[in-house]
Amino acid sequence: MLESIISHGLALGAVYALIGITYNVMFAASRVFSFTAGMVGMLGGVLGALFINRMGMPVIVGFVLTLASGAVIGIVTEILTVRPVLKSLDQHLYVLSTLAFALMIQQLTAIEWSTEPQPFPRLLPIGRGIFDQQFWLPMLACALVIFGLEWLYRRTLIGRAFLAIAEDSYAARALGLPEQRLRMASYALAGVIATLAGFSSGEMMLAYFGNGPLLNFYGFVPVALGGMGSNRGAVVGGIALGLFQQSASVLVGGIFASVAVFVVFIIVLLARPEGLAGAATARRV
Amino acid sequence: MPILVLLVAGCALPLLGDSYMGVIGTRACIYWVLVAGLNLVVGFAGQIAIGWVALLTLGAYVTAVFTAGTVVPEQSPYVALVLAAVLCAVFGLIVGLPALRLRTFYFAMTTLGFATIVTQIALAWKSVTGGGIGVPGPVFPWPFDSPWGFYFFCLGLAIVFTWMTTNVAASRFGRSLVAIRDAEVAAESVGISKPALLVTIFLFSGALAGIAGGLFASLQSYITPDAFTFDLSVLFFIAILIGGRGSILGPLLGTIILTALPEFAAPLVAWSTFLYAALLLVIVLVVPGGIAELLDFKNRRPLEQHRQIRPRPDLVSSVIADARPSSVLVVDNVSLAFGGVRAIDGLSLEVRSGEVHGLIGPNGSGKTTTLNAISGYYAPQQGQILLDGKALPPRAPHGRAAYRIARTFQTPRLVGEESVLENVMLGGTTDGRSSFVEAMLALPRHHGDEKVLTEAAMTALAVVGLEQLAPVRADRLQHSELRFVEIARALMLRPSFLLLDEPAAGLSAEEIKRLGDLIVAISRRGTGVLLVEHHADLIFDICDRVTVLNLGKELASGTPAEIRAHQEVINAYLGA
Repeated sequence: MLESIISHGLALGAVYALIGITYNVMFAASRVFSFTAGMVGMLGGVLGALFINRMGMPVIVGFVLTLASGAVIGIVTEILTVRPVLKSLDQHLYVLSTLAFALMIQQLTAIEWSTEPQPFPRLLPIGRGIFDQQFWLPMLACALVIFGLEWLYRRTLIGRAFLAIAEDSYAARALGLPEQRLRMASYALAGVIATLAGFSSGEMMLAYFGNGPLLNFYGFVPVALGGMGSNRGAVVGGIALGLFQQSASVLVGGIFASVAVFVVFIIVLLARPEGLAGAATARRV
Repeated sequence: MPILVLLVAGCALPLLGDSYMGVIGTRACIYWVLVAGLNLVVGFAGQIAIGWVALLTLGAYVTAVFTAGTVVPEQSPYVALVLAAVLCAVFGLIVGLPALRLRTFYFAMTTLGFATIVTQIALAWKSVTGGGIGVPGPVFPWPFDSPWGFYFFCLGLAIVFTWMTTNVAASRFGRSLVAIRDAEVAAESVGISKPALLVTIFLFSGALAGIAGGLFASLQSYITPDAFTFDLSVLFFIAILIGGRGSILGPLLGTIILTALPEFAAPLVAWSTFLYAALLLVIVLVVPGGIAELLDFKNRRPLEQHRQIRPRPDLVSSVIADARPSSVLVVDNVSLAFGGVRAIDGLSLEVRSGEVHGLIGPNGSGKTTTLNAISGYYAPQQGQILLDGKALPPRAPHGRAAYRIARTFQTPRLVGEESVLENVMLGGTTDGRSSFVEAMLALPRHHGDEKVLTEAAMTALAVVGLEQLAPVRADRLQHSELRFVEIARALMLRPSFLLLDEPAAGLSAEEIKRLGDLIVAISRRGTGVLLVEHHADLIFDICDRVTVLNLGKELASGTPAEIRAHQEVINAYLGA
């Protein structure tokens, strides 16, 4: 039982961490949290099942197409719902525009795909039991993304440009950085990360439109608790959340797990709105 | 007027003789009962509460369980409905509380999480809710047991709650909510306590949602967790935004349209939530004001061009009727640093009643920071602010109005979507005597408040010379006019001390001269004025004393003549 808690919990945690990173990548580029993070994550599973199971494509083709779709949706999100409301950031219209777009994605999936969970193809012919691929694939994806992002941000010019935008977009623009294109690139990257999360966890979470809101919430919990923009916080928080949720649902039932996570989330945020590791809020006047 | 048309249409609905229309009408009324309350939270206070279906669920189950009598002794449906309202008021507060501390997106997420949790609990708590099998809904006794009887019951409640929320919206509570949404900092400066106000609104809105839940359970006749999909939450939320923020009629129309639309276009039923979402996106991007803005013909009339502001200093005595008592405001050795930057460094100064005290200095010398420390936005790391020898609490900006300390801001902070008159009335919020309940029920004391505030605001506007613009939306005014509206708002407090942050910025030479006369007239009523300004002429013309700041420290202080001759001041700031 313990093994199953750990393997399942770690896998779940890795998915939450990836969605958390998705939130962060978009936030860094635009100071905007987007409700599309979890929805695109859900699409990773649905599109994977669509391409491979329904349309009979080879796994690798389906995989690449899924991630490419994620990138496209990311770019559409940026153009349609973020860019038009960026100039009036203080009115928080982005909450509404991204929520609207996320709902459209969810409803379209429910209508055109299915409202029932659908099976996701087995990706590799290896691994059984607690070392089943459905558990280690999300962890592998998470590790790849963390190291990939680290490499991108530290070693490449475009990665440093991302950081510059995140730090001070005004100054970055003054330096001649193409802020708009970098922001689109960030959203594309976020879309890829989210679909990767959904694709790698497809076998565990199934291709189900209802995963969207769940991923939205449980992916946001580590971001909020770890401090926004902090990928380390998202990973640590996500994995802790996955382990806690899995053990609670095995030991005392899933409802208790949901309620407990929710209560902890609210209490921590009320006590420290900036998150456990975040910095204090900025000046207002 | 349009509300009357809707009322007549609502009463005439049974004449169609179509019982299915009755069901749709009943549903629209029930949804509106919830939306009417939520509208104050979302449309007026600007809190993005998207999971309000949680309270509908709770209200439905509470009413159903108490009337079923399986778990607790059986109650009459009316008692159950009241119980649902009370319980949901408390839960509305619990769901809403995070809004006091959290930023918008976070709050939206918490309400979303709450909606998910409540449905899960309803599924799991089989002994009470019947789990997936559900419980029967309450049946109201004669005359509300027939479909049309129940329709009129719901319609009656909807009318009562429309009346209540309209009263709240038109009261100082409604104005304060909008101020929290659009100009939070200014709202604090006029003495609005965001926590107290939001708590009231969440209780009220929760109670309405609970009642809506009870009615919904009765309409459904049998409730299961499936009945409370998140789509309902989306409908409620979007009805408000389509209708327009800060309006009652708009969201009412929005609710009716969204409830009825899918019924008349059967193929659209599956797509309804998708269409709502698409509509929301279009509204946000194209008409952020919603239906209400489209219906607002009054504010499309062009304003007179080349308007002149002609303040009437002679009228100041009619706003500040009793001369202010003698008093002294002391900044005592205050230091304040942001990170490594010492914005103010051991500053002391004294503002006395009836004096105009100038505060000048180069950019970044700490002038505005001094004002912010006095008005309680920042807590000094050292030193304190004293009023007649008593220390003012730091970090309590909304408490300053009670001490009759008013201020204006460097960038005017007004509620753009409200009229100039409403903006000015905001300044008198602390003088309102009626309670929320009195305002909601439009009791005499509320009418008294409104009358007094309106008259005072019109006089204050006359003082600054803007009374013709009273009914105009504030965001249509010129920048210089906004500065004078802020002064009018500050005058509503009959301030003992008035802090002005660069009031002359952006004004013409002629206007600056008139502003100077106005400031002097105000100070002659016993108000102490602390004037931050860059226009040296204005400062030297009207100030009784001047303090010069440089790098957060006092460089010099004295009479205008002394300062003008001060060599260091000339070198650092005035120039030769």
